Amino acid sequence: MSSEYLVEVKDLKQYFPVSTGFMKKTYLKAVDGVSFAIKPGETLGLVGESGCGKTTVGRTLLRLYEPTSGEVLFNGEPVTNKNITALRKEMQMVFQDPYSSLNPRMTVEDIIGEPLDVHKLYSSRAERRDKILHLMELVGLNAEHATRYAHEFSGGQRQRIGIARALAVNPKFIVCDEPVSALDVSIQAQVVNMFEDLQEKLGVAYLFIAHDLLIVRHISDRIAVMYLGKIVEIADADELNENPQHPYTVSLLSAVPIPDPKITRQRKRIVLEGDVPSPMNMPSGCAFRTRCRYATEKCAQECPKLEDRGNGHFVACWNK
Amino acid sequence: MANEKDALKKNPLSAQIDLSKFELATDEEKAQQEVMSESTTFFKDGMRKLMKNPLAVGSIIVLVIIILTSTIGPMVIPYGYEEMISVNGRRDKTAKNLMPFTWSKNEQKYIDEGGELFPHILGTDEQCRDYFVRILYGTRVSLGVGFFAAILVLIIGLIYGSISGYVGGRVDLIMMRIVDIIYSLPDMLMVILLSVVLKQTLAPLIQGTVFARLGVNMISLFVVFGLLYWVGMARLVRGQILSIKENEYVLAARSIGAKPGRIIKKHILPNCLSVIIISTALQIPSAIFTESFLSFVGLGVQAPMPSLGSLANAARDGMQSYPHKLVLPALVICLLVLSFNLLGDGLRDAFDPKLRR
Repeated sequence: MSSEYLVEVKDLKQYFPVSTGFMKKTYLKAVDGVSFAIKPGETLGLVGESGCGKTTVGRTLLRLYEPTSGEVLFNGEPVTNKNITALRKEMQMVFQDPYSSLNPRMTVEDIIGEPLDVHKLYSSRAERRDKILHLMELVGLNAEHATRYAHEFSGGQRQRIGIARALAVNPKFIVCDEPVSALDVSIQAQVVNMFEDLQEKLGVAYLFIAHDLLIVRHISDRIAVMYLGKIVEIADADELNENPQHPYTVSLLSAVPIPDPKITRQRKRIVLEGDVPSPMNMPSGCAFRTRCRYATEKCAQECPKLEDRGNGHFVACWNK
Repeated sequence: MANEKDALKKNPLSAQIDLSKFELATDEEKAQQEVMSESTTFFKDGMRKLMKNPLAVGSIIVLVIIILTSTIGPMVIPYGYEEMISVNGRRDKTAKNLMPFTWSKNEQKYIDEGGELFPHILGTDEQCRDYFVRILYGTRVSLGVGFFAAILVLIIGLIYGSISGYVGGRVDLIMMRIVDIIYSLPDMLMVILLSVVLKQTLAPLIQGTVFARLGVNMISLFVVFGLLYWVGMARLVRGQILSIKENEYVLAARSIGAKPGRIIKKHILPNCLSVIIISTALQIPSAIFTESFLSFVGLGVQAPMPSLGSLANAARDGMQSYPHKLVLPALVICLLVLSFNLLGDGLRDAFDPKLRR
């Protein structure tokens, strides 16, 4: 291993061309200069509101989209289109919607076995079946489910199938793209705990994308907060919770419900004014300045860099 | 001890259920709870629905009867489609334009002398050929053209449409403009032009091969199907692929590292199979119809090979004396086209997920 980090993302940018009229094109800046790093066996939570580019970060990381610029290092080696096929064995993804991420015409056995087929990871039919049954056991599915079709399962079970598929190639890193947001709360807990168990057993690192701060806080070692294609704050999970710096993080945390009416009544909810600006027409300088209480002249002129405030707590803000 | 007993006593107002009234389930009873319904595949489910549709089942029966008679019939009946009736090895010129189930003078004489002959079920035509056998062969030709053209259209349309839909972008744009251009060509005009042009160029090429028996007209018909009729299928497949491509399971397959060929084959095509089956089933009658029409006009199969269209054309002259010769091939065409269309509709009802109730 040539690097301390398993995955390193450096200034990743992903712009999508959008035609706004005849022969006219603008770019939608889905991800605009994102950098972070994940250690082996670590979980980085990625939070932010809808449409801020969380999913795009995950997908660009796995080269499902061609990045506009920036680079991704895996084990210190840059990920390129040439070595991506080999790296697909190391990096996998769990998808958000368990209803559309499984092919309705395939049996569970074939869905989980597909990565094995693609990478030719078995020498006989019996070995393939053994591996599949082992994976199913790992995610808590019965062996008799193997010949069934995806539509015969509940949401939680389907998500387990999706996780088993991601684990089939024995990856070191899994991008979990809102894996629990389509499930109901009781199932969410089961699946999140399973993610933790699997991490303990297999030592995989996660990029855990979600918009539910409570779940992210529970599962993550570190949390990154995104706003309009940029990371505005990264810190250890506890540090971010107790000592949020960026005004956006503060307002996000104030919106997390606490199941205690006494505390809730005393708490002051910081409500952000206005709407999220369109990523096709971003404000100058800091992206958050249009909704920020502390915004000054400087915010409009220059975009703040992500700065270390000690203890690995990075914040991108001029005023805080 | 006495205190404890009192504490366990049920409060008379409590709604709590008395557990002593329950008994444990035996293993057998537990096993009964675990019985799961048979896992139905999409195909099985569709076939079950198809079999419930009386029109579809009826058309399947009609088709099976027609296909079986046209394949087995010529084996049983000892007359060939181009064979003139002969009695005792000598050509029988009196066996011209016979009515159904009648004998010619020579044949009658032969039978009176103790010989045995197979009856002319539908009589003979003006060249002393058994008409029933000719209709059977005509049906074979029409069915063959129908199936072959549908398969040709399916293969070309499927490959073209898949590439265009999956690759997308500029490739899709160019490929679809080509389709638009082909779509705008008048097909009948093209058939006539092509069969005229191909007659000159193809005839020497195919001499002595299997194709020679089919005839130049027939081959030009297939060429036209191959060149023109696939565009509808290509558009359909492209549209399907464009919508299925957006599903997350395709993205999942890409993140696994599956190659485009595998993604199309394993993920996209199985999911648009129903639409493809339906439109192929509906392509067959349209091909049969085109072939019959062209044969009727005189651009179809080459004589003496019969086709339903050319039989109907030949029967036009004696329409008033021998109406059955025109009615029967026309009836077979109608039955074929109708039952294929009804079957196609039945397949659509059974397999199209959008019509699921």
